[in-house]
Amino acid sequence: MSEQSYEAYYVPHNSKLPIFASLGIFLTLFGIGSILNDMTAGVEHSAGTWVVLVGGLVLGFTLFYWFATVIEENQQKLYSDQMNRSYVWAMAWFIFSEVMFFMAFFGALFYVRFWVVGWLGGEGDRGPSDMLWPAYTPEWPLMSNPEADKFVGPAEVIPSLQLPLVNTMLLITSSFTVTIAHHAIKEGNRKKLINWLAATIALGLIFLVVQGYEYYHAYVDLGLTLASGIYGTTFFMLTGFHGAHVTIGTFMLIVMLGRALKGHFDADDCFGFEAASWYWHFVDVVWVGLFIFVYLLGGGPTGF
Amino acid sequence: MSAVIEHDNHEDHHHGPDKGLMRWVLTTNHKDIGTLYLWFSFIMFLTGGVFALVIRAELFQPGLQIVEPEFFIQMTTMHGLIMVFGAVMPAFVGLANWLVPMMVGAPDMALPRMNNFSFWILPFAFSMLLATFFMEGGAPNFGWTFYAPLSTEYAPPTVTYFIFGVHLMGASSIMGSINIIVTILNMRAPGLKLMQMPLFVWTWLITAYLLLAVMPVLAGVVTMMLMDIHFATAFFDAGGGGDPVLFQHVFWFFGHPEVYIMILPAFGIVSAIIPTFARKRLFGYASMVYATSAIAFLSFIVWAHHMFTAGIPITGEMYFMYATMLIAIPTGVKVFNWVATMWKGSMTFETPMLFSVAFVILFTIGGLSGLMLSIVPADFQYHDTYFVVAHFHYVLVPGAVFSIMAAVYYWLPKWTGNMYNEALGKTHFWLSFIGINVTFFPQHFTGLAGMPRRIPDYALQFADYNMISSCGAFLFGFSQILFLFIILQTIRGGKKATDQVWEGAHGLEWTIPSPAPYHSFSTPPKNLEEAHG
Ligand code: HEM
Ligand SMILES: [Cu+2]
Repeated sequence: MSEQSYEAYYVPHNSKLPIFASLGIFLTLFGIGSILNDMTAGVEHSAGTWVVLVGGLVLGFTLFYWFATVIEENQQKLYSDQMNRSYVWAMAWFIFSEVMFFMAFFGALFYVRFWVVGWLGGEGDRGPSDMLWPAYTPEWPLMSNPEADKFVGPAEVIPSLQLPLVNTMLLITSSFTVTIAHHAIKEGNRKKLINWLAATIALGLIFLVVQGYEYYHAYVDLGLTLASGIYGTTFFMLTGFHGAHVTIGTFMLIVMLGRALKGHFDADDCFGFEAASWYWHFVDVVWVGLFIFVYLLGGGPTGF
Repeated sequence: MSAVIEHDNHEDHHHGPDKGLMRWVLTTNHKDIGTLYLWFSFIMFLTGGVFALVIRAELFQPGLQIVEPEFFIQMTTMHGLIMVFGAVMPAFVGLANWLVPMMVGAPDMALPRMNNFSFWILPFAFSMLLATFFMEGGAPNFGWTFYAPLSTEYAPPTVTYFIFGVHLMGASSIMGSINIIVTILNMRAPGLKLMQMPLFVWTWLITAYLLLAVMPVLAGVVTMMLMDIHFATAFFDAGGGGDPVLFQHVFWFFGHPEVYIMILPAFGIVSAIIPTFARKRLFGYASMVYATSAIAFLSFIVWAHHMFTAGIPITGEMYFMYATMLIAIPTGVKVFNWVATMWKGSMTFETPMLFSVAFVILFTIGGLSGLMLSIVPADFQYHDTYFVVAHFHYVLVPGAVFSIMAAVYYWLPKWTGNMYNEALGKTHFWLSFIGINVTFFPQHFTGLAGMPRRIPDYALQFADYNMISSCGAFLFGFSQILFLFIILQTIRGGKKATDQVWEGAHGLEWTIPSPAPYHSFSTPPKNLEEAHG
């Protein structure tokens, strides 16, 4: 690398990472596809398992190595301010695309609640669904479904002001703790950074445990499942994708904790941490939306 | 914030590409990746084209001659999917890769490794999709719009691979768009203002935004399908309290912006070419930017014009009708500006210009038939007939595809350093132009007379027009072999191109040598007045 007086934009000459990542993601998805098809067709042992295993390993190692490379390059100070701005913009737009992904599922929920349920009950002048099941009177949440043997309705749904409220507080608190950790970087206080980051991770993990317990309770005690009609469908898909994002976010924070322990991050170079914390805030905001629309205004009991 | 390219393990940053095949697999260079995208797109264009010719061969005469109905509908589905996701979209991304960094004076794309990743996902995605032909149950057979429950309850098992294929394409598009947006926002030469950027860059900025907004929604809708199929969820099953029409809403919330994703970059290309060959500045630069933004905004709020016959409430139909008609206004602004640019210009008609002028005329025909379709009571008659097929082929083939061909002829000398053979180029244009009109113009009439789309057989009164259509399709299809020949010939040699290539061309890409060096702006350009053509 030559010494230059002007800023330099780092362009790696070439890279083996993307092709392995493409191969890995392809094998993973292809394998999952064959597992799912075998499952639905009732085949016992799916050859897809092996494909997923290989694909997952390739993808996992490649991504690990990819991020490690980027972090390493950053530590070697190969990145100019402009390069860092590229990462900032990229992360921001990535989060935007994630927001739109959730919008699709929220949209489905609103559409069902505002229109479909009414039409099932005969509202509107063109409800073929009402003609199919004239005797059916829907009420949100749907505890029984029009086609009752195909979709067995739940006995109860999750009350909003119990565990979901706890989870809301956990995540909102974690948004504050991660912000305190961020301030700690700016102040150059590593101990504070590590403590508050660890607290954030702990909150995230507790959230996941509570969520896991709630799912268990729903499946085993309440009969609320993915297959119990549109309420269960929207409930599990929205909270489930959110939970998956909390998992990813927690994982990112754990990586950042590892980096903090190794002495990475200083006041003017902490993009990795900031990216993870934005992601975390995004996950929180989605949760608040979920808490309001799925639980609080979700039509179920408050349990209070 | 000047930008200079820098490499690991290299003292000299003006080195060239690696040797051998691995260059293409491992490359992080925006020009290499652009080339990969363009060739991939061309292969997909030919593949989708062969499927189209199977369809047209079957429709040459009424009755069933060549293929089974089941295979026919697989051909229709795969033709649509491959043309949209495999041919048109990657071609525009390829052009963006080649051109955006050169047009804004950047050393490369903002995130070069991710750039390679976005490309290399695509061959895998399409292998997954095409592999379904050889699997039990055959390829997807529910049309490129894959309406539930055709694509859920009644779908062949291969739908699972279709879904994951779409996920892969989506991942590729999202990463590609992030890269393009970040390049435009962050990598412009110091001092280059947004309102100085060439329109191709502007239209791509807005397109990338659209992609980021709607590709995740597409991912969402196929995920809902996946869950309905394998996990007994009830998104699209009224028996569980869901609704099949919900599918159409989510799909078209993606789908309508998607059609603008396939046309906005074309607007950018034509806005670059027409001024060059009219030897005038583009008329109404600022209004072009605003019109593009307006179109992008409107494209989010008109989706249900695809669903007028699906049974949506009458107030909804009224709203979507008027909202759709509004799009004609910014579109009209654009057409006006192109015509005004040509007005009293010193025009010459080299191949790129021929394609661009044809674009303006034929795209307008497609836009006007779109306006007809937006009228609800009329659409009850036209919907799902060949009139719709004629409409979207007029906007997509002489629209999007012609603009891509125009771009290839226009920038090929910059890419290869050689001029293409003008006589052959013009021949290619005229064959395509005649082929396309002979194919699709008669479909307006068969459609208005009531011929439904997506069927392998039809009533006798449609026979003549269908025969004409099929002849046109084969003419268009085979003339693309000439296109391939011209490109290969130009890559191998030909008259040397000058740096500016075209007498009237403006823009930073024309200030560097032809062929463009492997790294074009290692140090940022100063002559920024050149930037916007
Ligand atoms: C003035 C602008 C436009 C208007 C008013 C318009 C209107 C419409 C309407 C109302 C339909 C639905 C017809 C039906 O299914 O009954 C339609 C279909 C379609 N349009 Fe457009 N359109 C316009 C421009 C475009 C552009 C620029 C593209 C693509 C480059 C495009 C691509 C399509 C496609 C692919 C379909 C068919 C989708 C399918 O059902 O398979 N349109 N258009
Ligand atoms: Cu549309």
